[in-house]
Amino acid sequence: MTGKITGISGPTVITDIKGLKLYERVFVGNAMLTGEVVRIEKDRSVVQVYEDTQGLAIDEPVQSTGMPLTVRLGPGLLSGIFDGLQRPLQRLKEESGPFIRGVKELSALDISGKWIFHAVRKKGEQVSTGEIIGYVKEGPFEHYISCPADVKGKIAWIAESEIHLDRPIGVMEDGSEIPGFYDWPVRVPLPYKRKYSPTEPLVTGQRSIDFLFTIAKGGTAIMPGGFGTGKTILDQSIAKFADIDIVVYAGCGERGNEMAELIEEFEMLADPWTKRTLMERTILCVNTSNMPVAAREASIYTAVTMAEYYRDMGLHVLFLADSISRWAEALREISSSLEELPGEEGYPTYLASRLSGFLERAGVVETNSGKTGSLSMILSVSPPGGDFTEPVTQSCLRTSGAFLMLDTSLAHRRHFPAINWFQSYSLYGAELLEHHAEKFMPEWEHALSTCKEILQKEEELREVAEIVGVEGLQDADRLLMHTAEMIRMKFLCQNAYTDDAFSPPARTLSIIKEILDFYKTADEKLKQGVQLDEILNEKKNK
Amino acid sequence: MRLFDHKYGTITSIAGPLLFVHDVMSARIGEVVKVQTPDNRQLDAEVLEIHGDTVLIEVFAETHGLDIKRTSVVFTDSVKRAPLSRDMIGRVFNGSFQPKDGFPMFLPEKWSPIAGFPMNPSARARPVDFIETGVSVIDGLNTLVKGQKLPVFSCAGLPSKEVVAAVLKNARLIGGKEGAREEYTTGHASDFIVVFAALGLTFYEYSFYKRVIDDMQSGFVAFVNMADEPVMERLLAPRFALSVAEYLAFDKGMDVLVIITDMTNYCDALREVSTAREELPGRRGYPGYMYSDLASLYERAGRIRGQQGSVTMLPVVTMPEDDITHPIPDLTGYITEGQIVLSRELHQKGIFPPVDVLPSLSRLMQRGIGKGHTREDHRHISNLLYKYYAKGRDLRRLEAIVGRDGMTENDKEMLNFADLFEREFIQQRAGRRSIIETLDTGFELLKQFKLEK
Ligand SMILES: Nc1ncnc2c1ncn2[C@@H]1O[C@H](COP(=O)(O)OP(=O)(O)OP(=O)(O)O)[C@@H](O)[C@H]1O
Ligand SMILES: [Mg+2]
Repeated sequence: MTGKITGISGPTVITDIKGLKLYERVFVGNAMLTGEVVRIEKDRSVVQVYEDTQGLAIDEPVQSTGMPLTVRLGPGLLSGIFDGLQRPLQRLKEESGPFIRGVKELSALDISGKWIFHAVRKKGEQVSTGEIIGYVKEGPFEHYISCPADVKGKIAWIAESEIHLDRPIGVMEDGSEIPGFYDWPVRVPLPYKRKYSPTEPLVTGQRSIDFLFTIAKGGTAIMPGGFGTGKTILDQSIAKFADIDIVVYAGCGERGNEMAELIEEFEMLADPWTKRTLMERTILCVNTSNMPVAAREASIYTAVTMAEYYRDMGLHVLFLADSISRWAEALREISSSLEELPGEEGYPTYLASRLSGFLERAGVVETNSGKTGSLSMILSVSPPGGDFTEPVTQSCLRTSGAFLMLDTSLAHRRHFPAINWFQSYSLYGAELLEHHAEKFMPEWEHALSTCKEILQKEEELREVAEIVGVEGLQDADRLLMHTAEMIRMKFLCQNAYTDDAFSPPARTLSIIKEILDFYKTADEKLKQGVQLDEILNEKKNK
Repeated sequence: MRLFDHKYGTITSIAGPLLFVHDVMSARIGEVVKVQTPDNRQLDAEVLEIHGDTVLIEVFAETHGLDIKRTSVVFTDSVKRAPLSRDMIGRVFNGSFQPKDGFPMFLPEKWSPIAGFPMNPSARARPVDFIETGVSVIDGLNTLVKGQKLPVFSCAGLPSKEVVAAVLKNARLIGGKEGAREEYTTGHASDFIVVFAALGLTFYEYSFYKRVIDDMQSGFVAFVNMADEPVMERLLAPRFALSVAEYLAFDKGMDVLVIITDMTNYCDALREVSTAREELPGRRGYPGYMYSDLASLYERAGRIRGQQGSVTMLPVVTMPEDDITHPIPDLTGYITEGQIVLSRELHQKGIFPPVDVLPSLSRLMQRGIGKGHTREDHRHISNLLYKYYAKGRDLRRLEAIVGRDGMTENDKEMLNFADLFEREFIQQRAGRRSIIETLDTGFELLKQFKLEK
């Protein structure tokens, strides 16, 4: 169906096409800009356009597609760099140069690409929706091809060895086909059999997280912090070092230079766990702050759907978004151009439900093919003025499992990662303790509580020390202050620009153990009457 | 293309800079419109919204004297574009790209839409090449690199002009190649060029900058919007400046340093216009889209993989009420790659440039310093200076409570170090320091206190 543009205001367009469905994708104007139907009235519909509307004129055509906004899922997404609508940015660059001028419809996948297919099911066998029929090797991974929805029956023909994505991989006896790729609506989570609660830790390589505020595979964490508190560096460090199969990184409304840095590093550096190039197990979905705002709103859905797709291969996938606040602002801009009644700080009242719906896409699941996969989420939040009482932080807090609060005053003191150890928390900690004790260190729980206690006491003593000076404290207190400083400087601090950027579990444990052992021995010596200065001198000379 | 003249006399309402025109055939969003006033002036305007055959137009100039009967509008069928040519170099323009220096307009080689196009993130090269500003506290501790955007956060009454002038006078690029320390100066060749956008300047400020620009032997292009000139031009001038910068950088392969002062005037203009459009106000009345709007300017800094040329940006932001959490510095900080923060306290002590090292930061510094860029020990020296100065500053609070006599010898040394660091390293009355001189000054200071290890 086609119709005409009858009104334009910023990124929203009014059209007279009849019979549109809500959230249907449409092409707008002669330039065929992508848009989504966001409101339907009796004889007009409102379309949210995902590109710059400059130059768009009244009476230009609008075309319906009958389909919602979708992402293309199939082999070849890994190491891809896409924009918020899943256009492959590298191919776009080859075709139209270093600046994104007009827009082209480019398939996210190279559908003429060839792959070697390994069938696991044979001709004549019965298969149904969700069952795996075979796989192709995508880098180190077995990329499973399964039976799509609504297809079931006996296999009449199945490909062997070389396949092309644009031709069917299998044909059923009733003539229905199993394709190499398919398109899926971004706003609909990919289906799975059931969800489990997370039981395994996600090792991030960041000591303060892995030890103090452990995150779970399949869990969610948010890290709010004012500008310059280290959200991006932390996000990128975790993307580099986490023990995870696949990373999907959504650069949502942030800087282009950061993405350039990420791309360059990921092409060069190796995953410390597998020694393969990071890019091989990464998908980037980038909508920088100067790219169209409306596409930024869609970008996190585009990214998370790709993440779910790989989760369904039975893999552990980590989804990182920097920053979810920019997504929320895009939502606000769209809402205000639709003249919806604003809620708090101008955000639409459905902000919280959208956010929690999004965070719920994380989890450990049994996939339709019976495998276990997980999708973990870490989202950075950029509260205006560094004030955490604002709606986005608060809405995220309600559903996320871990809260890593990045502290401006720590950042100013160049204590990085600037995770505040008093305010932050992880709800997974308790459940994962068992796993930790078993796998890493029996006395984990004890070490953790001692460490927290020392930091807590330091805070109390600091106020006294401000007045009387450190020298004025008793030896036991001075020892505690000294130990706390060691914990802060040697354990919690981790400079992202040195070799210490990645701390494997063994290293993390050995550092904290060493510090706590020192504290224990020194404390005993103090009790035996040894002077603190003597103990400290001895340590220095060692 | 339209085949007939699009002239209308069907204005139905005028409010501030906004006009409603009826019965318009196929207008385009963003289309440039010429408004003919009753006294035969021609004003630039742009199509903002279209509803059927009713069009909302925003005028980029003062709208006094307009009326409904005798005012007419002409639709031009094109979006706002900047004329570009090498001949712009050395010229001063106003916020509408009209010559302000008495010479005739140049002949453009090409035209380019002033909003620019977003750079494809996969085409960007990461900024790594050091720019020597000649200012120790920047070069040594908050290093600027090509393609970076690094704002100066100032407060009312602080000498941000003088800091900018020092950078304008002294900035040089040092070739990043190992061993070869090829220098381009602003005077040398035309590879390094300054694009200067002044927004809402007073006459007094303008004459100061005018002198600085006249003294520069180097290439520059200036856009000047005075405090009494149309507010709308404050929104245009930076876009013209950046279109020029992109053209010189990516078409002509030059390294361009863009200085915009003062972004606070820009944001206030944005708020004024947004209010006139009756948009929903956000924090402190600034529009909700201010982050994206600022990003559409700041993100135009950068470099392209495999290509010559760069756009580096040094915007000045005056923090209202000295408050760094005010939306203008806050949103700026969320977009730029660090900030240089000026301090009232240092200014009162007579230190120039009064840069407070603690909250200042150049986020791209790490890749632009060290061997092959500046000097091998750069990172080491800058880390130590920062660390001990921070310690000294901490101890000043203790000193205020217990007095200097109540402190240990060690702590007193740290206090002395902090004082001397301010007076000898930060303080730089006149003249530039090369990066080598900067690092040597820092090293000597550390050595004097036996802290260099
Ligand atoms: N782990 C770290 N080690 C060393 N330096 C760090 C670390 N984390 C952050 N920094 C410093 O802090 C700066 C700011 O960090 P980052 O860019 O991650 O901040 P951010 O929170 O993402 O800010 P914004 O909200 O503005 O994007 C970095 O450029 C770096 O200088
Ligand atoms: Mg960031």
